[in-house]
Amino acid sequence: MQFNKLWRMLRLGVKSLLLHKLRSSLTMLGVVFGVGAVVAMLAVGEGASRKALDEIKALGSNNIMLTSKQNADNQAAAGSRSMVKFYGLKYDDEKRIRGTFSTVEHTVPTKDLRKNAFFGERSAELRIVGTTPQWFELVVRDVVAGRVLLERDMFTASNVCVLTESGARKLLAATSVIGEPLQVGSDVYEVIGIVRNEPGGTSGARTPDSEVDAYIPINVAKERYSDLMIRRASGSFQAEQVELHRILVSVKNIDDVEDTAAGLNRMMTLFHPEGDYELFVPLAVLRAARAQANIWKWTLFSIAAISLLVGGIGIMNIMLASVTERTREIGIRRAIGAKKNQIITQFLVETVVLSASGGFIGTIVGPAIAQVITFMSGIDTIVPLYSIVLAVGISMSIGIVFGLYPAVRAANLDPIDALRHD
Amino acid sequence: MTDRVPPTTEAGAPDLPDTHGTPAAPPGQGHATGADSTAAETDRGGALIELTDLRKIYQMGDQQVHALAGVNLELGRGEFWAIMGASGSGKSTMLNVLGCLDRPTSGRYRLEGQDVAELDDDALSEFRLRHLGFIFQSFNLIPQLTVRENIELPLFYLGWEADRSAAHAAKIAERVGLGDRIEHRPNELSGGQQQRVAVARSLANDPPVLLADEPTGNLDTATSGQIMALLKELNQQGKTIIMVTHERDIAAHAQHHMHMRDGIVDRIVRDA
Repeated sequence: MQFNKLWRMLRLGVKSLLLHKLRSSLTMLGVVFGVGAVVAMLAVGEGASRKALDEIKALGSNNIMLTSKQNADNQAAAGSRSMVKFYGLKYDDEKRIRGTFSTVEHTVPTKDLRKNAFFGERSAELRIVGTTPQWFELVVRDVVAGRVLLERDMFTASNVCVLTESGARKLLAATSVIGEPLQVGSDVYEVIGIVRNEPGGTSGARTPDSEVDAYIPINVAKERYSDLMIRRASGSFQAEQVELHRILVSVKNIDDVEDTAAGLNRMMTLFHPEGDYELFVPLAVLRAARAQANIWKWTLFSIAAISLLVGGIGIMNIMLASVTERTREIGIRRAIGAKKNQIITQFLVETVVLSASGGFIGTIVGPAIAQVITFMSGIDTIVPLYSIVLAVGISMSIGIVFGLYPAVRAANLDPIDALRHD
Repeated sequence: MTDRVPPTTEAGAPDLPDTHGTPAAPPGQGHATGADSTAAETDRGGALIELTDLRKIYQMGDQQVHALAGVNLELGRGEFWAIMGASGSGKSTMLNVLGCLDRPTSGRYRLEGQDVAELDDDALSEFRLRHLGFIFQSFNLIPQLTVRENIELPLFYLGWEADRSAAHAAKIAERVGLGDRIEHRPNELSGGQQQRVAVARSLANDPPVLLADEPTGNLDTATSGQIMALLKELNQQGKTIIMVTHERDIAAHAQHHMHMRDGIVDRIVRDA
């Protein structure tokens, strides 16, 4: 019964909107573009933030990264006194971290090497990382072929290596390379696997494996190649001695990440007062990026909301005109016996039909605008489901909010005056 | 168009009493519609409308205008009244108050025993819907609705189902002689036909009382005659009709006359 009445009200509303097709569609256009703008702006905001968040997530949000860094003061001072520069993280640091923090699950030390490698006919300079098998638990990547490093490789100090995709590409190695020999410097390694690696991000935070071509067991790296690294640069030698280039620390519980990071920082300042290290907490960056993305989204949303507001005002304007125009009709309906609420409903149904259909078209136009933005600027856009739901919800509410005043005004007309109106 | 005397020979116009299965009904004894109208028959002659010291005062600047200055009146069921008077005599105010569109400043108005002052706005709307039908000088049809939809208006607010409502509207249109115009819009009809639609609309909810405000004011003499004949027939079928007019020959169709002057009932002529 109630549904039947509403259905008839709806038909009545659609009918009187269709009487003024141009006017109705122009009014609707305001909402179409308002909703379209909201959806498109949210898509841009979502796309931008999703990209940044994905990059940071690739770092692992449970991880803390310590990186050796050549301090600027140190560089100048050391340069004047000696040819060899000593700096960076020590083997002891890793042991100390493992021994101190109960919240820490794994510590993964790494040693970076740059070596010329030969694979069959092909040679290339590879960026090799000596590390432990735990690396692959912290930096989880797809294994393309073969396997990753295992404890027994450490135990037996085997000459084995795992190529990354970028390393394999440099050597033009296919997946069939498993078991083939790879010559690094004067040593020969057996290729045991290929893993995917995350290419470098644009958000400032580098993934730990973005510039890695191959992994070897850290004890092998330490044994075969000294901590001293000599670089030849145009006529001069440059030597530096670094024990560990990086220590990855994984924290068992994500809630402890920030406390552990703070503790780590205190401990490191104590043992490295010269500040030759860098502490990086992906989670903190993630939080900041998320906050940044939210501000960004809200800004875009507010701008788009203004156009929606303008659309709403357009509806109100037209409905006020319509109420004036139909004063007599209202008088007739009231005289016959329509209650005020029924007049309000009649006009509200019209505005809601208007704004909801505008909203519906807007949810088609919005993603289309987003596509155009992506096409023209290359900015990633993602249309999240919530933005569609939000846009439709908002457009319906706009119909109600901006339709209410004209509707109430219509209902409050004095029937006698309304009947006399011409 | 075909709006010429005699009234009931218009194309498609049926012999009104025949359509209700009471061809032999004497004047004033017929059924209002096919629907229930027992009240109209059992209470015939009893006071349907009671006005007691009814006043309506308008404030115009610093001046008070007594549009109704104490009206005492009893109108019986099934009567056909013409309210006459010069403009400004209060007859329009009287009709508005009787039609529950306007509330009196003081005094009592009882319709079918209901004191109208006790009703709030919603209840008053409902009361109009169930007890009153309006016929206006300017027809007051809704231009964008078809004849059938205009007739259906009261039924819409009564909450009738679409099918039943449409069928009922068609039946009433037939009754006022517009059976073939049902899907037309008001502007495609002549003045007389439009007023017939208005009459049909006022009948749709089968109210005991019809209020007509100069129903022939916008019509030529011939068409006026047809409309008056139609009202007379409705009166004979039991409807109480109260009509405001300033034309003597139109008033002559009514059973009783009431002359108003300066907000009071100046003179009553029964069985004029």
